[in-house]
Amino acid sequence: MFYGGTIFFFLVFLGLTYNTEQVLPKRDNRAALADPAVVAGKKLWETNQCIGCHSLLGEGAYFAPELGNVYKRRGPEFIKAWIQAQPTGAPGRRQMPQFNLTDKQLDELVAFFKYVGEIDTAKWPPNIEG
Amino acid sequence: MQYKSQAVSKPYFIAAMGLFVAQILFGLIMGLQYVMGDFLFPHIPFNVARMVHTNALIVWLLMGFMGAAYYLIPEESETELFSPKLAIALFWIFLVAAALTVVGYLLVPYATLAKMTGNDLLPTMGREFLEQPLITKIGIVVVALAFLFNITMTVLKGRKTAINTVLLVGLWGLAIFFLFSFYNPHNVVRDKFYWWWVVHLWVEGVWELILGAILAFVLIKITGVDREVIEKWLYVIITLTLVTGILGTGHHYYWIGTPEYWQWFGSIFSALEPIPFFAMTLFAFNMVNRRRREHPNKAATLWALGTGVMAFLGAGVWGFLHTLAPVNFYTHGTQITAAHGHMAFYGAYVMVVITMISYAMPLMRGRAANSNKAQVVEMWGFWLMTIAMVFITLFLTAAGILQVWLQRVAASPMSFMDAQDQVSMFYWMREWSGVVFLIGLLVYIWSFFIPGEEKAKA
Repeated sequence: MFYGGTIFFFLVFLGLTYNTEQVLPKRDNRAALADPAVVAGKKLWETNQCIGCHSLLGEGAYFAPELGNVYKRRGPEFIKAWIQAQPTGAPGRRQMPQFNLTDKQLDELVAFFKYVGEIDTAKWPPNIEG
Repeated sequence: MQYKSQAVSKPYFIAAMGLFVAQILFGLIMGLQYVMGDFLFPHIPFNVARMVHTNALIVWLLMGFMGAAYYLIPEESETELFSPKLAIALFWIFLVAAALTVVGYLLVPYATLAKMTGNDLLPTMGREFLEQPLITKIGIVVVALAFLFNITMTVLKGRKTAINTVLLVGLWGLAIFFLFSFYNPHNVVRDKFYWWWVVHLWVEGVWELILGAILAFVLIKITGVDREVIEKWLYVIITLTLVTGILGTGHHYYWIGTPEYWQWFGSIFSALEPIPFFAMTLFAFNMVNRRRREHPNKAATLWALGTGVMAFLGAGVWGFLHTLAPVNFYTHGTQITAAHGHMAFYGAYVMVVITMISYAMPLMRGRAANSNKAQVVEMWGFWLMTIAMVFITLFLTAAGILQVWLQRVAASPMSFMDAQDQVSMFYWMREWSGVVFLIGLLVYIWSFFIPGEEKAKA
């Protein structure tokens, strides 16, 4: 029972995984990955541990705003200016560190947010506030 | 203690408790940063505290599982451990690696740490729960494989029971699925898809096998109920776990760019995931009610029953609350998730490790059970921590409901930060519950230092 049930459902899971991989090209905005800035942006996202405070498509920490749709919510110029202005130093307010990113890196990060924002997420989040 | 080599689990349990304290201290820092945003900034930013909080939890639970395995496997297999020396060497390697990693998190900016530790060779860092530098990840694999070699050889030369077989399957699964942490495609959707093969298939899959095996072992020992009965329950529970849990992975595939049929698979199968946890609750209470001996270790019995109840509430009920796709559309990535995460980890994995420690530690210290006074103190620790965790979960749930309403449902939705300000009262109450939790943990640890023993023979 245990081995049979486990193997059966794991095979179903693998089958669905295979199908998911077939369907993904229509949903995951992979064309954007041809731009090296997007790939570099993802690495910046990771190596500055942004997920430790923010969420991306709802996954991550819940200390700071969702960034999967930040490109649509704020636009590229605001995002760059905001990152450069940190920390705000406003007393008692949650603080974001200063990451000392170059102009090129800021553009790469914005390219990454634009790419993520154009993934088909089944209409999530419910509204622009994330 | 029937076999000398079981004693290797002692340092694992002690280190696990040390890391547990560290985990809670950093949790309190984070809780305070939720309401006093600039607390300890820029020395310990929230993301750093969170890495220490979650990584310390993972490492100490792994230490607890390893310690439990080193205690359980020789006794179940009726033979000495294959290599006690290897077990001790691995302990030090694991502890030093964990300590260096935490020091790295605290003292070096994360981007610098990534550069220093070869993240450019194979970028794996910066993903939730898998933040460890590449060398730490490789270290975890090496330690896990050597550990598995040691216990597998022990089982192979000794008696095979359902309990040690299930434990082995669970631990091998743990090691195998961790390998997906090395796979980090540029494509965010695929990155997330396979990230869950580590995270979900651990905590809602193979870890439940480990949990079931440890609980079954302790229940046999403290209740004296026939092995045949207990093993039958164990088989039913783990079968239900994997039949529901594997396709239940789909509840993470609703909104990350994956096909929409996952909303059906995820909702249906994950709605069934509470069943094995409910079976675990029935299991624990049934076995204790049908006990054929009065074991002097009352505290271990309390922890075992507590595991059954709290795992069901935290993983089962609080998981079900937000697992259906139409509900999750609104709750995804809010404090509701945090509420569920806290009670599920405490109820299922923290409590089962403590159940094992509570049962095995007195035996390793040469007594059937601790003195009555020590057990009373330990039970105070149990109630303080458990009740505090119930309140942490309730306050986070309240914060989450309010957050969902203000930010996602209301006619004119608030921004994230405005909504956070509105729910800060609940964050304060969560923080005070956290302080009670810490007190409970300190009381629990104090109970180890109360001398004396219960004379009755186990």
